[in-house]
Amino acid sequence: MSETQTTYNYKVVRQFAVMTVIWGIVGMLVGVVIAAQLVWPELNFGPWLHFGRLRPLHTNAVIFAFGGSALFATSYYVVQRTSHARIFCDKLAAFTFWGWQLVILLAAVSLPLGFSTGKEYAELEWPIDLLIAVVWVSYAIVFFGTIAKRTVKHIYVANWFYGAFIIAIALLHIVNSAEIPVTLTKSYSAYAGVQDAMVQWWYGHNAVGFLLTAGFLGMMYYFVPKQAGRPVYSYRLSVVHFWALIFTYMWAGPHHLHYTALPDWTQSVGMIFSLILLAPSWGGMINGIMTLSGAWHKLRDDPILKFLITSLSFYGMSTFEGPMMSVKTVNALSHYTDWTVGHVHSGALGWVAMVSIGSIYYLLPRLFGKPEMYSVRLMTVHFWVATIGVVLYIASMWIAGVMQGLMWRAVNADGTLTYSFVEAVKGSYPFWTVRFIGGALFLVGMLIMAYNMFKTIASGKTVNDAPVLAPAAQHA
Amino acid sequence: MSDFVSEFWNFYVTGIVLVSVIGCAVFLWSQGSANFTVGKTTGHAWDETLEEYNNPLPKWWSWMFYITVLFALGYLALYPGLGSFKGWLGWTSAGQHKAEVDKANAALKPMYDKYLGMDVKALAGDKQAMETGKRLFLTYCLQCHGADARGSKGFPNLTDGDWLYGGEPAKIEETISNGRMGVMPPHAHLGADTIKNLANYVRSLSGLPADPARAAKGREAFMTVGCTGCHGMDAKGMQAIGSPNLTDGTWLYGSSEATITETITNGRQNKMPVWKDFLGEGKVHLLAAYVYGLSHPQ
Repeated sequence: MSETQTTYNYKVVRQFAVMTVIWGIVGMLVGVVIAAQLVWPELNFGPWLHFGRLRPLHTNAVIFAFGGSALFATSYYVVQRTSHARIFCDKLAAFTFWGWQLVILLAAVSLPLGFSTGKEYAELEWPIDLLIAVVWVSYAIVFFGTIAKRTVKHIYVANWFYGAFIIAIALLHIVNSAEIPVTLTKSYSAYAGVQDAMVQWWYGHNAVGFLLTAGFLGMMYYFVPKQAGRPVYSYRLSVVHFWALIFTYMWAGPHHLHYTALPDWTQSVGMIFSLILLAPSWGGMINGIMTLSGAWHKLRDDPILKFLITSLSFYGMSTFEGPMMSVKTVNALSHYTDWTVGHVHSGALGWVAMVSIGSIYYLLPRLFGKPEMYSVRLMTVHFWVATIGVVLYIASMWIAGVMQGLMWRAVNADGTLTYSFVEAVKGSYPFWTVRFIGGALFLVGMLIMAYNMFKTIASGKTVNDAPVLAPAAQHA
Repeated sequence: MSDFVSEFWNFYVTGIVLVSVIGCAVFLWSQGSANFTVGKTTGHAWDETLEEYNNPLPKWWSWMFYITVLFALGYLALYPGLGSFKGWLGWTSAGQHKAEVDKANAALKPMYDKYLGMDVKALAGDKQAMETGKRLFLTYCLQCHGADARGSKGFPNLTDGDWLYGGEPAKIEETISNGRMGVMPPHAHLGADTIKNLANYVRSLSGLPADPARAAKGREAFMTVGCTGCHGMDAKGMQAIGSPNLTDGTWLYGSSEATITETITNGRQNKMPVWKDFLGEGKVHLLAAYVYGLSHPQ
């Protein structure tokens, strides 16, 4: 194997990888705090630490700080390794790191202070929106610049997904954040009424579809075959489910607005495309899990594979659940209940966090020039603690959600509601307690990971970036 | 943004939805017939070890995909989805809601007809009617008045026998039916000192501790700056316009000097919504009886 003198830029990957763990802890800690506030309302201290302000802080921190950093770290690693080229423009890559960290810090300050556009997952005010747009366009330039520099003919499948995610998020963010500034900290949406709602959920669902799905599928397509040491199960399946996934996701937003002022035809279109989305979503799961065929025994003692394959199982489960919940009759029961919260977290914890954790465990020793993590045993402990946490979380939310939905719709013979709203709240307390425990376990797992990470980094000090590999000659 | 009312959008939506749904199936079909070599890689390699098998699409997966597309087309034929085409079933969400409400109303009509035939006092003594009334209250009224009907700051207590607009059955029914607008105008123009005097006078009216000198000055101001227009010379208010009695020790917003000062300075806006259109006269009548019964235990 021939080697050239240039190296991969691991510095930016290292920075984002470490911050993934840090922001994961911060975001999940806020999640555990607001879960506790639902069980013990006395824990709402003052306006700054009130549930209403911490909740958007939690969602922004886990999606954009934790998930975003994981995507930056892995995409920069994967695009360099599979393009056999150093990253395009080191300075711009460094700017995306510091720019993204600034966005996160501004969010962490402005959201508790109460500055919010009121748009879910897009709460940040207009100056921060502009900064996000600049960082994101820079990200696109770095990523696609590296693709353009590649020394192999074909673009690896992981990069299709990363690329689609980067383009789609730019589009979604810029369109949904169109707003009219009034002061430095206040703006109004450029859209009004039901059109505003439709734009918001076109954005909201595709934030799930592209940031939390397509991006992480990119991650899956590199780290699963790498760690399993097996070829991807089916190239053709990856082609079909990639195009079908990115095409149909764009239509699914209206299922967030069933039985609202949104026209019926729009709701129907959102629903049918959500159902069609089932097969394209499962394509990714099949391709990931089947990649392991012939190497199932590796699951037994490889905690990284445990994380990756479990994440795909949760991915398959939540992408079955999602289309079902988009069916109007099911949605009539599930909407506005904790079932939705459970669904989101089976995706967010079970899929997004698990695949990120597995991938970061793969990366850390390689980035810091170590043969393996400081403690493989602790990785396994992390896996089990996290898995039990997710199961407790989603099972309690399923039960609470279905219970709430049934209580809200129960009617007496005299036409009155059987339960007042507060009775459904009271009935939810035990499940909220279980959810709090599940979330706390997941957070404990992240703390174990942080300990393991710092021990790994601290053991020895030589950190060399790996040299850029020449492509395999026969395929170049 | 303007609304999309031109007929063009009907064709645009219909066309793009059909092409997209059918396009999914066509794309799947076109890809399913590629040349596959089971267990062999495509020949591409990245980063030393990354390869891809040239395996076919799983059959069960392809069928699942086709079935969802067929379902989608069937759904679009039956339900609204293709522009302004209503769907063969003629279903609308508003229609479904109306049908359910009409059905419930028809089923409940005999019960409410019976209650409408009873006067509020008699109804308040009917145990079964009051059980229904309580559940209605817990659905529609508790957000402001509380599950125990004792209200909270700015929201009247309905159990204490003190009435802003009158506690006779007809008055209660009128309040629920047509709603109420309670307005205390702001009086910041009087100046902080006069307002402090007024606040002390108002406190003295119900025997609360107050600065006597200020209360005396406050009384003077009360008589001259316009307070009596609504609250009366005796400060006992007028139920005809809903102005509160300031002498009875019942406070809607609170009795501290600071709160009274705030009330006088900035005024207050209070609103009881109109319920007759939403609830209908049967439920309003029953709720009036329930509220009446709260301060008239049987």
